[in-house]
This record gives sequence, structure tokens and C-alpha cells, in this order.
Amino acid sequence: MKIAPGEYFLQGNEACVEGALASGVKFFAGYPITPSTEIAEGLSRKLKGADGVFLQMEDEIACISAVIGASWGGVKSMTATSGPGFSLMQEAIGYAAMSETPIVVVNVMRGGPSTGQPTRASQGDVMQTKYGSHGDYQVIAFAPASVQEMFDLTVECFNYSEKYRVPGFLLSDAEIGHMRGLLKIPDNIKIIDRKEKGMKRPDEAYDVPDELVRPFPVFGKGHKTMITGMTHTDTSKIEPEDVKVHQELVKRLSEKVLRNRKDINKWELMCPGSKTMVVSYGSASLGAKEVAAKDDRVGLLRLKSLWPFPEEPVAEVARNCNQILVSEMNLGMLYWEIKRVALENGCKKVELLSKIGGDPPTPSEFRHKLREMGAI
Amino acid sequence: MNCFYRAFTELELPLDKTAFVGGIGCSSRIPLYINSDALHTTHGRAIAFATGLKLAKPELKIVVFTGDGDLGAIGGNHFINGCRRNVDMTVICINNNIYGMTGGQASITTPHEYQSTTTPYGNKEYPFDLAEIAVAAGANYVARWTTRNVHELTRSMKSALQKKGFTFVEVVSQCPTNFGRRNKMGDPSQMLEWFKESSVRRDKSRTAAVDHVDLNLEGKITIGEFVDRNRECYEELIGVGKHG
Repeated sequence: MKIAPGEYFLQGNEACVEGALASGVKFFAGYPITPSTEIAEGLSRKLKGADGVFLQMEDEIACISAVIGASWGGVKSMTATSGPGFSLMQEAIGYAAMSETPIVVVNVMRGGPSTGQPTRASQGDVMQTKYGSHGDYQVIAFAPASVQEMFDLTVECFNYSEKYRVPGFLLSDAEIGHMRGLLKIPDNIKIIDRKEKGMKRPDEAYDVPDELVRPFPVFGKGHKTMITGMTHTDTSKIEPEDVKVHQELVKRLSEKVLRNRKDINKWELMCPGSKTMVVSYGSASLGAKEVAAKDDRVGLLRLKSLWPFPEEPVAEVARNCNQILVSEMNLGMLYWEIKRVALENGCKKVELLSKIGGDPPTPSEFRHKLREMGAI
Repeated sequence: MNCFYRAFTELELPLDKTAFVGGIGCSSRIPLYINSDALHTTHGRAIAFATGLKLAKPELKIVVFTGDGDLGAIGGNHFINGCRRNVDMTVICINNNIYGMTGGQASITTPHEYQSTTTPYGNKEYPFDLAEIAVAAGANYVARWTTRNVHELTRSMKSALQKKGFTFVEVVSQCPTNFGRRNKMGDPSQMLEWFKESSVRRDKSRTAAVDHVDLNLEGKITIGEFVDRNRECYEELIGVGKHG
């Protein structure tokens, strides 16, 4: 059952469950893994009442495969996992990108590599989300920083995944997933459903031309749909040896996401005129938010979406400040993307506050680093 | 494929309400050759994809085409758990005892001491018995035939298609190019002769499953219907399609 509008005190992972149900999720396949398990547990309780199916599979490869299969049955489907499971899913993430299957994968990130720190937060899977499977492809990824955003951005994940027929990712972490806080459910939630082949539905969501994102042919409706992970033409004829077909297909898969970056990207800006700007996301941004709230010499660009990389807000910030501090809970991943855009836009000094081990950087750690940079 | 079409046509099943799912390999491409909804997936995962599709759209009939490498090696875990879960689908495994598409490497069903490009001194491993695995793991219907047994195979495919739950038909098939050629059976007819000589009717042979597995290990092919039972399928157990 969908949650009624109102105010609730929930855990981050529970808010994600409610966001998925609000989006109309009808299929979930999962495999137990810390720190994401509450999402599977929540949906195992609630999907039955929402006319959906919950399935516990034999491994994460099977989970995402079943989720893709369910999507071709025409329903919104998702899975949730963490680092080791996410690594196993990479093969099928490439398949979802190539076959243009809308699915949502929640990754409640924990410390890696390998088994690492199952109960501690990290932001180590940021690049894997975009580059983990073989070949060129684009994805859409959001990074929540609160219980509220675990709900809001789960909804966005479904919306954009459906709209552009790409895998959508919610990159949470053990801190945000297990955090408890206030969740406000509004009366109206904007929900986008995929554009089905053979259905005429004028909707603002479908301002994307069909040549870029093709209407989705649901199985069992007589479309004689052929879906394959091999290089294929628009009519799904497999053409693995045809250079032109491959070029057109793979470029379109990228273009449909990159050209719509402005539609997809979301961010929060605090004190935009500051000479020193922190650029961060998720748990790593929490300490900086506290600093920027009290000190107008420091601003914050908090990225709510990570892929496609939000070039525009980073460029805008870089043009208007003297130095940038990037904060991440890894040894520097998105840092290099941010630095690239900053340098291109005239900001010469881009430093990194990196922290691994599970604890997000504290306000005092931010202040210490900002003092070193001469910002405060 | 011919036997399958015959079984499918004789049962008058609607193509529009059937989805074919395949993994990767020679046999797994069959869904692309049928003018119906087809999901050509990743290597070994066809049953997992099919499980999601079936539960999301229970009115579809699901047929999975797979091979020995796809099903028994890389997809072994999905195969065992598919049988156990008993979601309504028919899985047809075309077992040619070799990785044909990549040029003839040993597979999990290549008989002991046989030659392949990766077993130039003979295969030192022993083969899997896919049908016995399916029986032990809980499939509702299991049969194995060679491509010689055209009528029996067609009949078993019909039984499998009509039955609810996870049904499994293994078709021991010839790959003269990549298996036969390296094992003194370059002519397709020699392979059929080999099937004839090695085949043992399961219902006429010893009864304990362990004996059948032993026969498989010796390089014999036990053929026949292995099991025909009516365990409740997963959709019925969770009530999919009943509400809403």
C-alpha cells in the first residue's frame, strides 16, 4: 500500500521503500546484503498489498536479471544492494543499457574493496555506476543526503529511468540508509510512466523525440518484440558485424542521456557568491552544509545527481569562485570530473577532502581544511 | 526446433501470448528465429530473466532455450534454483556436449576422455547429468532424448508445454563440426549412430538415481521421462494473477 500524505519519522531505507511504492513499483527482486537489507524486507511486506511481486533470488546476478525480465512485462521494477552485490550486477547493467530497459537499482554504499566494511558508509561505487560494465553507455544516478531525499530521489530515479529507458541508480550509503529522520509526503507526487508502443498519451514527460527514446514495446501485446544485448537495428535485427549500425546505436544510447542533462540534473546551492565553494554529495556533504550555514565566506554546491555528470552547475560555480574544495568518502573519484570542469572554467585551485573508513567528514574537519586553504 | 514447432503447433498455442527467452550460445539464439516476443539475454541468466518476466506478466507462456554451457556451467545456480522455485516455464536445453559457437571447447557435459580444443589430451573431468539435477532440484517434469528420438521428443515437449510449473526437456544433439570432427564422428550420421549405441532407456534401466548418474559418468545417455509430478508452482503459492 502506498503511504498516505503526511509526516512520518522513518529510516532512510524505509523512506526508499515508500518512494518506490509511490512511484508504482510492482516488482522487486533482492538478495540480503548489509546495509541495504531493510529495503528488501520492507518491500517483502508491502508489495503484496500493492499488487506487486517480491522475490528473493539466488544471487544478485539473478536479481537484476529478473528485474529486467519483469520490466519487459511492462511493470516498474527494482532491486537494492550494496558494493559486492553491485559488482555482480555489472554484467546486467550493461544489458539494461543496451536493451534500453527501465530499471532502478538502489546501492546503499559500504566500504570496499571486496567485503570491506559491511556496516560502514562509503562513496566508493560512484565510478563503477557509470563505468562498471563493459562498453560505452550512460546511466542516470542520484545521491540522496537525507531521509526525505531517499524518498524524493527514489521517485526521480523511477521517473527518469522510465522517461529515458535507462537504468537508474540511487547511490545512497550506510549513513543515509540507516539515518532516521522526518519524511514529508506531499499530496501530489509527479510520476512518469514509460511511453508504451502503440499507446497515445500526450504528456509533458514525452517531450523527448521518439527517434532518441523509442516507445517501449511491452511483451505479450502482439508487437513481436525482439530484445537483445547484441548490436541491433531499430527493428531489433541483430547486426554484430555492421559498423554503422553499431556506431548509430551506441551513440544514440549515450546521446539520449547526455543531451538531456539539464532535464535530469538536480542540485542544491548555498551561498553561491562565496569565494570558496565546497562541491560534494550525499553523506560527505553534511558537514559542509553546517559550515556554509554559519559562515558566508564558504558556499556549497551539493550535487543531488551524479550521472550524467552535472557539468553546468559545476561550471557556473567554478566561474564565480577562487577555489573549490571537493569532499568525498573515497580517495577521490568524482573529484577528477569536478576538477576537469573547474579548470575548463577558470578555477585554478581544486582541492580534495577525502575520508574513508565509514565516518562522514565533520564540520571541524571541513573548517580545518578550509583554514589550510586560506578560506576562513 | 522442428520438434518444438510441431509440439507447439499441435497444441495450438498462441504465439502472441508466448515469450521466448534465450541466453548466449548456439541454442540460445533460437528465440530470435521465432516470430514472437523474444528476450535474448546474457550468458547463463535466461532462467532468471524469464522468472521476472513470468511473474510480471503471468498470462504469458514462457519458453527458455538454452544449451549445456549456458544452463549447466555459467547458469548452473539459476538452473538449480529455477527447478526449486518451480515458476511456470518450459526450459529446453540443447546439449551438444561442447562450446560450439566459440569453436569447440570442452563443456560440463563433454564425456570423460573426449577431445575438444581445450582438452587436447582428452577430457579429464566427468560430465554433469543435467536431467538428474533437474529431478533432484524439484522440477515438475523432466525428460531427456537425443535428436534421434524425434517422436518421443515431440511428445515430451508437448507434455512439458502443457504442464504447470518448471518443466525441463534436455535434447542431446549433435555438433559434428566442433564435437564430432575431433572425436572420429565428423559425419552427422556417425553421431546419430553414437547416440543410438550409448542410449539407455531410463525406465528400463536401474531405478536408483545414483545408478543413472553413474551411467552418465560412464558416457551413456539415459533417455526417457525422468519425472512427472505436480508440485504447486510458485505463482500459485504467492497468488500472482489472482488479485488485481
